[in-house]
Amino acid sequence: MTGRLEATLRSRIDGGGKCLVPYITGGYPGWVDAVRACAANGADAIEIGIPFSDPVMDGPVIQKASQIALEAGATPVSIFQDIRSLDVGVPLAVMCYYNTVFHAGHERFANDLVAAGVSAAIVPDLPLEEAGDWCAAADAAGIETVMLAAPTAPDSRLPRVAERARGFVYSVGLLGVTGERAELALTATILAARVKKITTKPVLIGVGVSNAAQAVEASRVADGVIMGASVVNRMVEGGSEAVGLFVAEVRKALDGATW
Amino acid sequence: MSILQTPGSDGRFGEFGGRYVPETLVPACQELEAAFADAWNDPLFRADLDQLLREYAGRPSMITECHNLSEQLGIRLFLKREDLNHTGSHKINNVLGQVLLAKRMGKKRIVAETGAGQHGVASATAAALLGLECKVYMGEVDIARQELNVFRMRLLGAEVEGVTSGSRTLKDAVNEAMRDWVASVETTHYCLGSVMGPHPYPFMVRQFHRVIGDEAFEQMNEATGTSPDFVVACVGGGSNAMGIFSGFIDTPARLIGVEPAGGAAVSRGQPGVVHGMKSFLMQDEYGQVAEAHSISAGLDYPGVGPEHSYLASIGRAEYPTVTDDEVIAGFQLMSRAEGIIPALECAHAMAWISREAKNMQGKTVLMNLSGRGDKDVGQMMSILKDLA
Repeated sequence: MTGRLEATLRSRIDGGGKCLVPYITGGYPGWVDAVRACAANGADAIEIGIPFSDPVMDGPVIQKASQIALEAGATPVSIFQDIRSLDVGVPLAVMCYYNTVFHAGHERFANDLVAAGVSAAIVPDLPLEEAGDWCAAADAAGIETVMLAAPTAPDSRLPRVAERARGFVYSVGLLGVTGERAELALTATILAARVKKITTKPVLIGVGVSNAAQAVEASRVADGVIMGASVVNRMVEGGSEAVGLFVAEVRKALDGATW
Repeated sequence: MSILQTPGSDGRFGEFGGRYVPETLVPACQELEAAFADAWNDPLFRADLDQLLREYAGRPSMITECHNLSEQLGIRLFLKREDLNHTGSHKINNVLGQVLLAKRMGKKRIVAETGAGQHGVASATAAALLGLECKVYMGEVDIARQELNVFRMRLLGAEVEGVTSGSRTLKDAVNEAMRDWVASVETTHYCLGSVMGPHPYPFMVRQFHRVIGDEAFEQMNEATGTSPDFVVACVGGGSNAMGIFSGFIDTPARLIGVEPAGGAAVSRGQPGVVHGMKSFLMQDEYGQVAEAHSISAGLDYPGVGPEHSYLASIGRAEYPTVTDDEVIAGFQLMSRAEGIIPALECAHAMAWISREAKNMQGKTVLMNLSGRGDKDVGQMMSILKDLA
């Protein structure tokens, strides 16, 4: 059965468009308004980060935002409560590190996501080999678990990653952690092309997609992009208004390009 | 069958261990697992490593019977003298193994995390010897309390980068080293400094350190005709303890891993996942990793290697705690009674032995003196003001 996240992305893709999924650090002061701004300005889905004390896949921007959110008292429970009242009309995915899930318990965490109205989960430190128990609980609850495909994966591995992925396949744009880069890495489109070849699921590029031009460049091969540090940076510097303007700019660039 | 496990490809010790890393690092961990297995079974690699351990690190390290402390405490106390290794601690055993392996794998660069600086110094040393580039991540709090080791690393040609995130200690240095590795995995080996992290690190690092226990087993037999009643070591990540426990795990010896009260993963933690492994972990009600607090930078860590969690869970090893004040007393006790200044890490083991001696009267106790205290004298000068 196709979940809400995948169905939403598919309808964008089937209409000839490209998907835009911004990331917002949950619990950061003003984050709820930032999520609304994303939804109002053309996001197809929104990724909400649950801050963790030790975010090994994140660069300085998201690390700092996470730390501020934690210092402001953010917890998974408080973030789920806020999400429940969001009602932004687009599917939501949480991005969280595995200890948050493990500590809560797989079934409880999956049920909490459902209760909060979240469609999907991305757990960047839970690779295929360790994902079985969580995926079983998530599948049972109807939560789509997005899997990450990395540039280092050999051809023999990618089909297994894509097969297990729900919602979309997260094609990691570069060797490295989240953060803005001057240029889109060459690896981004190379990997996305490899993944596209072996799956019919939506393939989105994330990590190192930093502006509208890079989003368009990435989407020449992929079905769309996830934008994290660039969005969080706007939230930190200019609040929800800056987030809205940025998301609108990327949306316009994606909609205006010819594919 | 030995209690000492050889984990399968899932890297488990009971329920603990595993490989919880970003997808980018999975192939690198698999490659390392295969390369280590291949090297460990290759007599040429083992001969190269043995030669380095002998002629460069100064192995075998001796055991010393502590006559003064033995009399004072009413026990028979022996020290395994890892403090006499080149670079001043047991860390060199693992590092020579890993850097030799990195070279064999064609890597040009290593990254390492360090707490007290002993693993950083050992990594910088091995990198200098074997001609690899070396970058060491160290928390800013630790840089301040271990400036001598920072200078030693730089002198050895390593780049030392201060880590300003989180608690600015060992835990955050591990995060930063992993972030570096995610970006540099094609050319770089992550030279992890303890029996922790994703598979194969806990197993591999234990294998590189088991020389401590294997030597000590023979040496104790020679000295006493049998195995000791107690084998005691300090535990942060737990590499020196795993090394010495390896030699005695199938003997009747009680195995004691002493944790700092402020970083007691086993006694105060719950199972959790961080730094690539499932193990006991100090954390809050939402799974946020707690910040450890210990006088010793090398033990200032909220987690512990997964094999220790396993040994604790089956009751084969015990993990008591000592306070910073007891450690300061232990540090002075060994210095004055035996003329040996222990590393603050090892002073934890000394503190436990001193506290529990009344319950061990007449027993033979082997303590792993995993490092020397020279690095700690600056810090201790500010604590023992009447001596400074």
